[in-house]
Amino acid sequence: MQAILSKAKILFPLLILVLWQACSTIGLFPTVKVPSPVQIIAALQDLTVVGLPQGSILLFHCLYSLQRVAIGFMLALCAAVPLGIVFGWSEILRKMITPVIEMLRPIPPLAWIPLAILWFGIGLRSAAFIIFLGCFFPILLSTMSGVMSVDPVLISAAKTLGATRRQIFFHVLLPGATPSIYTGLRIGLGIGWMTLVAAEFTGVKSGYGLGYMIMTARDIQRSDLVIAGMAVIGCMGFILDGLLRIFESRALRWR
Amino acid sequence: MSLEVRKLCKTFVNEHSGEKTAVLDAIDLAVENGGFVSIIGPTGCGKTTLLRIIAGLEVASSGDIFINGAKPAEPWKQVGFVFQEYALFPWRRVWENIAFGLEMKGVSTAERRDRAFDFIKRFGLEGSHDLYPRELSGGMKQRVALARTMITDPDIILMDEPFGALDSQTRSQMRQFLFDVWRQSKKTILFITHSIDEAIFLSQKVIGFSSRPATCSLELTIDLPYPRDVTTDTFNIYRRRIITFLDDQKA
Repeated sequence: MQAILSKAKILFPLLILVLWQACSTIGLFPTVKVPSPVQIIAALQDLTVVGLPQGSILLFHCLYSLQRVAIGFMLALCAAVPLGIVFGWSEILRKMITPVIEMLRPIPPLAWIPLAILWFGIGLRSAAFIIFLGCFFPILLSTMSGVMSVDPVLISAAKTLGATRRQIFFHVLLPGATPSIYTGLRIGLGIGWMTLVAAEFTGVKSGYGLGYMIMTARDIQRSDLVIAGMAVIGCMGFILDGLLRIFESRALRWR
Repeated sequence: MSLEVRKLCKTFVNEHSGEKTAVLDAIDLAVENGGFVSIIGPTGCGKTTLLRIIAGLEVASSGDIFINGAKPAEPWKQVGFVFQEYALFPWRRVWENIAFGLEMKGVSTAERRDRAFDFIKRFGLEGSHDLYPRELSGGMKQRVALARTMITDPDIILMDEPFGALDSQTRSQMRQFLFDVWRQSKKTILFITHSIDEAIFLSQKVIGFSSRPATCSLELTIDLPYPRDVTTDTFNIYRRRIITFLDDQKA
């Protein structure tokens, strides 16, 4: 069963690609609107070697986008995890802050773009800020709920074993909330990627970035390059999530 | 160290409705230095609340607690607590769980490890030092929990129905084990149980709580030499007295 499943994991996407190619070959899909997988692979090669705009190769687009995500994500992590633990622990603070969070949270990160540009100018800092906003709330809320789900008897136990409040914070609440924090990190990272590309649509005027690359492809009406860019984003998101999952399973071996 | 509880009352007030529930009503009890006292009583009568108040995890509405004749400012520093639900830290291995209290005191890793391994050996946990709590049986978990409390060398140990979740065979093994630990360590122990046999087997004195609000309605000194045999006639006399008491509480 396990063997069949792991094969299915690879075979199923392949099957879709083969069907797609077949539909394109027999002319069911108009190739201008829906390019075939073969065309997209060619487009990928084009992006890797020639670049879009010419000279700006795919690798650099990826690296720039990755840098923006990494900075925004790390900032969100450093801010949201400690705050989440504090708000999860203190009922008074939680009651005070919840309305603020719930009013800020529904605002799409993209709505912040004008302000981000006003505050930080066009470039890395405003893009990182937008991604920070996208990552921040899922991590904050997951951390809070993780802390609230820590069994109170563990806190009592730590206290009778001589732990101070500070030690309870680091040795009980933080490890107890870790499973939930990882869930938040994975959701946050996914949203971060989504926001990044949109942020680059408008927040980056020139240079590098996958979102910027896709917009350039749109301007010259090359749907194959657009889809190639989308595929790259999908793959990068998949790989990063996989990395997080490796960290997660290492950290949560006790479960 | 001796423990004394005087005229202790606890009333819970519901935050929303303001409704008051009296849980403990003028509880008086004393455990002498190195003594073993059990509390037995109907479910939900406030036994756990009493232990939590003694440990400083909850505040009494009125009344006093004395440890060695003095009111402790930070009782949790002198009192060890063993919980029914084990309360092991699931992310810590067995030895790390046992060494938790030492780690909080800033004892070095090497010394923590040495002392934890000493307890692992004495408590019959050899070979399980690197396991996580989810990999342990109930009896082993409670041994780890007891070791974790004992390693901090508290003056008084409060045990809240520690064997309640165990099957009967493991339970009688743990009863014997706790007896040995108590005789060797000479700790002062206040023990909550639902098991009449456990109470008579271990205790110098059994205290019976009435249903809520709890009062000390029975104080029974168990005048039997240790080690005790649960199959003797005298044991049975005590057993009958406690059963009668508990039946009266239901009526």
